[in-house]
Amino acid sequence: MITAAVPERENYLNYKYGIKSWLLTKDHKRIGLLYLFTVTLFFCLGGAFATMIRIELLTPQGNFVSSETYNKLFTMHGVAMIFFFLIPAIPATLGNFFLPMMIGARDLAFPRINLLSWYLLVIGGLFSLFAMLAGGVDTGWTFYTPYSTTYSNSWVIATALGIFISGFSSILTGLNFIVTVHRMRAPGMTWMRMPLFVWSHYATALIQVLGTPVIAVTIILLFCERVFHIGIFDPTLGGDPVLFQHMFWFYSHPAVYIMVLPAMGIVSELVSVFSRKPIFGYQFVAYASMAIAVLGFLVWGHHLFVATESVYSALVFSFLSYFVAIPSAIKVFNWTATLYKGSISFATPMLYAFGFIGLFTIGGLTGLFVAALGFDVHVTDTYFVVAHFHYIMVGGTIMAYLGGLHYWWPKITGRMYPEGWAKLSALIIFLGFNLTFFPQFILGYLGMPRRYHVYPDEFQVLHVLSTAGASVLAVGYLMPMVYFIWSLRYGKVASANPWGATGLEWQTPSPPPVHNFDVTPIVTHEAYDYSTVIGQEVEVG
Amino acid sequence: MANDAHAHAQSPALRVQFDTETQQKDASTLGMWLFLVTEVMFFGGMFLVYTVYRHAYPGIFAIASSSLNVYIGAANTIVLLCSSFTMVLAVRAAQLGQRQAIILFLILTLVLGGVFLGVKAYEWNEKFQEHHIPGSSFHFEGMQPDEQAHAQLFFSLYFAMTGLHALHMVIGVGVLLFLIRQAQKGKYSAEYMTPVDIGGLYWHFVDIIWIFLYPLLYLIDRHLKG
Repeated sequence: MITAAVPERENYLNYKYGIKSWLLTKDHKRIGLLYLFTVTLFFCLGGAFATMIRIELLTPQGNFVSSETYNKLFTMHGVAMIFFFLIPAIPATLGNFFLPMMIGARDLAFPRINLLSWYLLVIGGLFSLFAMLAGGVDTGWTFYTPYSTTYSNSWVIATALGIFISGFSSILTGLNFIVTVHRMRAPGMTWMRMPLFVWSHYATALIQVLGTPVIAVTIILLFCERVFHIGIFDPTLGGDPVLFQHMFWFYSHPAVYIMVLPAMGIVSELVSVFSRKPIFGYQFVAYASMAIAVLGFLVWGHHLFVATESVYSALVFSFLSYFVAIPSAIKVFNWTATLYKGSISFATPMLYAFGFIGLFTIGGLTGLFVAALGFDVHVTDTYFVVAHFHYIMVGGTIMAYLGGLHYWWPKITGRMYPEGWAKLSALIIFLGFNLTFFPQFILGYLGMPRRYHVYPDEFQVLHVLSTAGASVLAVGYLMPMVYFIWSLRYGKVASANPWGATGLEWQTPSPPPVHNFDVTPIVTHEAYDYSTVIGQEVEVG
Repeated sequence: MANDAHAHAQSPALRVQFDTETQQKDASTLGMWLFLVTEVMFFGGMFLVYTVYRHAYPGIFAIASSSLNVYIGAANTIVLLCSSFTMVLAVRAAQLGQRQAIILFLILTLVLGGVFLGVKAYEWNEKFQEHHIPGSSFHFEGMQPDEQAHAQLFFSLYFAMTGLHALHMVIGVGVLLFLIRQAQKGKYSAEYMTPVDIGGLYWHFVDIIWIFLYPLLYLIDRHLKG
């Protein structure tokens, strides 16, 4: 379809064609799209496993899959979703694409390393995918020893190797972001003028750089024990299984913040743009990101309350876990205060931002429940914990991720998504999500343990509700996949700044030119200074 | 932008995403330091595990570690320190733009690194002959059967830690070979010597890891041997 006789303006999408121009690209924008494609595949894979889990749980008897298969399903759901979707999702796609643009840079500091990290994710993903196709892995995504090193008869090594390799992808992305933020800011872009999206990615990158190497060495030791039968974690060989849990959670708890901090960065952008006000307490929100990154390293012990941890260290870890609530609450309160007397528009990204704030608050507050020593003993390893972390990761991270995708879609593709369909899908996702996971709080409180596929009859109603919600949620997730693709061809052509936003990424054409800016921008204002865009035409809202 | 184009035409080593050579060098150096931070966390995990078990089984670890040859270890430490010295001289030569000196000192560093790895291979070979390799044939002379597992744990950690260190040395040798090749092509000058600089940072880091490994594995509690 030829739409225009005039030659199209050159941009990052059309300046070169062919598979090689994508697979060997060093452009952070193209690499961001490679990541988008990759993590979407893993999201669908993890979603497929979740579907089978929810179908199995429709009935109290284990009559859809065997216990062994069920163990593999929840393990592979966790592995695919956590290591190959949630951790790379926002930083490696939206972060990759927009972090350099937001600070006025032509690219990340190390474009070749950026491409390398995508390949590492793909190679790691292929290892884990191979393990899944060859027969699966059944240890739980936590790989607790000695089951994973001595007794499990499944593809532990291939999966662990996949996670090990993809870990380096995460490390290199973080390293690239830190150097870029330190060294590549445009003239006038001071630290206190950076958009909060950049701040939260900087905090995320610190966790990636400091935490991920520890899981790498833990996996090496696990590997050595499983392959060479040397006793590091297996007590029958002289090792200590709890040591594994400490090392695992030293990374895997901060990893939760790798997943949620970038989401908070997106929400900060959305709340400001769609209420047309600077973020209330900008500095507090920026420093809260850093505080979460630091405190996140001091709370891993709350995963070991029932694993022989001493009362005293449990008390300290419980106390420190409560501490994380402070910077998190600062953010929620400041977003809310930003809305006050704002000129609020209910465009789709803003609906997702509202969804995030509400669901993250529930997820965060139930996090305080499970950080309380007494209550945690009651709900340890129950659906209460499952519901809690799904409220953070699905209700938080994925909500913000979708909000960010809608918000930046016009910039990435040069096309608007269909607003009506998008609003409908946001609503469906919100309802479906709550119907899926709220019953799980009750289930867990009543004593339904996680990772079991056979359960007493009285839990069935709640499980059926949850499965029904999951079906609604699946419809909600499928809709954007369809209309985003539809919009590539039929969507309304987007202007450079359809939302009237202040970020530098909106001061360049949509889609952006190869090196982002025709002229290196000079920054003279704080982030979110809407006096700079007064009078500009806004398409939606 | 006009200035950028000018700067890029002036210096072929300046990559498109940077405005000035200083910015590029600062970014590369910061990137290397951050990479070394990740390495500290990586080895830190190993050191943690070692510390936990050394604390849990002090007696058995003391006896097991005393079987390592402290003199060979000391000699190897000296070799590695000398290689750090020659590496510094190579960086200095690069700063002064003395191409022949860069190549000479890099080759010296390479030779010393090779000597270290050779000695390490000799030590590991000894362990094979003494049945100190973890596995079914592991046996430590004069230790009770129930203590064998913990002695084996010491050697598991010994091989994991020195093995991981040796792997980093091998990567370092690769880096040196690359630098020597580039230096021969005349890529480095007083204006542009960042790869030599950050290659040096890496080499020193690997040396420092050994400076911690040597006392931890060879020297602690040696007096308890008797």
